[in-house]
Amino acid sequence: MKRWTLALGALMISGAALAQKSASDGIAEYRAMLADGNPAELYEAKGEDLWKKKRGPKNVSLEKCDLGKGPGVVKGAFVELPRHFADTNKVQDLESRLVTCMETLQGFNGAEIAKTAYGRGEQANVTALATWIAAESRGMKFNLPQGNTQEQVMYEVGKRLFFMRSGPHDFSCASCHGEDGKRIRLQDLPNLTKNPGDGIGFAAWPAYRVSNGQMWSMQLRLNDCYRQQRFPYPHFGSDATVALGVYMGVNAKGAENIAPAIKR
Amino acid sequence: MADPMRIRAQAAGDKATVRVLMSHEMESGQRKDSAGKLVPAWFIQDVSASLNGKVVMTAEWGPAVSKNPFMQFVVKGVKAGDKIAVTWKDNKGDSRTDEATVS
Repeated sequence: MKRWTLALGALMISGAALAQKSASDGIAEYRAMLADGNPAELYEAKGEDLWKKKRGPKNVSLEKCDLGKGPGVVKGAFVELPRHFADTNKVQDLESRLVTCMETLQGFNGAEIAKTAYGRGEQANVTALATWIAAESRGMKFNLPQGNTQEQVMYEVGKRLFFMRSGPHDFSCASCHGEDGKRIRLQDLPNLTKNPGDGIGFAAWPAYRVSNGQMWSMQLRLNDCYRQQRFPYPHFGSDATVALGVYMGVNAKGAENIAPAIKR
Repeated sequence: MADPMRIRAQAAGDKATVRVLMSHEMESGQRKDSAGKLVPAWFIQDVSASLNGKVVMTAEWGPAVSKNPFMQFVVKGVKAGDKIAVTWKDNKGDSRTDEATVS
């Protein structure tokens, strides 16, 4: 009997709470509270330090690294990536570009970094650097270049990958991110086939995940999306992940960058 | 060597709101690693804050505090330009002190 009254009480409370606000309002409120002390700031500070510090076999800093706006220009670089780079003749996203710089400027072994697990060794440093570089473009609007043929090809490839259904569950990115108003449990899923708005989707990563206390880069975000789809893991900085980045980034044209954001 | 803290202190009237973000693993000692072995506890035990060298707040923390903890408190009798220093000490004996100027 006591259990009954308790259950009834709980029902009434949740009913009252629902009348006041939706679950996503509650999550938004919780995030706003956390955003005041977003631990991503710690990674920002670490990234800035890593950028300026002389490191690697050649003992030089990354301050000559070209992120697309000329050597050493950081501000505004994030909202124009992924883009085509003439020196590597490839379309690269922020993280793969950073690895290129660490290889050419500092003498690190790029392939070795790409193989390292997320959050370990130099890979953790790449994430910290990406966090700081993203933060330097906070509040700016996404404007990915599409003038180069390879950039246009990557957009098309990304679009096809986004809609490609495969794996044991016959999933595609579009299964979850192709319509408005979808969610996983209580998390709203952005519709990434169009511009999802300021600070949503592509414009929010890298982000600090409160639930596991980890800083997640875009590469890790995509890697985990593929894990959830039961696909094989994409390699770090692979053409597939960069193509998806181009697709989402171009779609987000004009959206404001809030990265590094804070997530559940 | 532990990573630096981020301290912000903002005065309003004679009070200042201090917000501190600390970089720490805060292992509870309850988790197991991939090999099934218990990860030893590693957390901040003592926190103290001082205003111009005088201690204004102390706290004892335990393993239930989150990773990369955030702390906020209000100090009275503060004016812009005062120095707020925060120190933490963990159960491994490691400690870190950072200072910020009240704005």
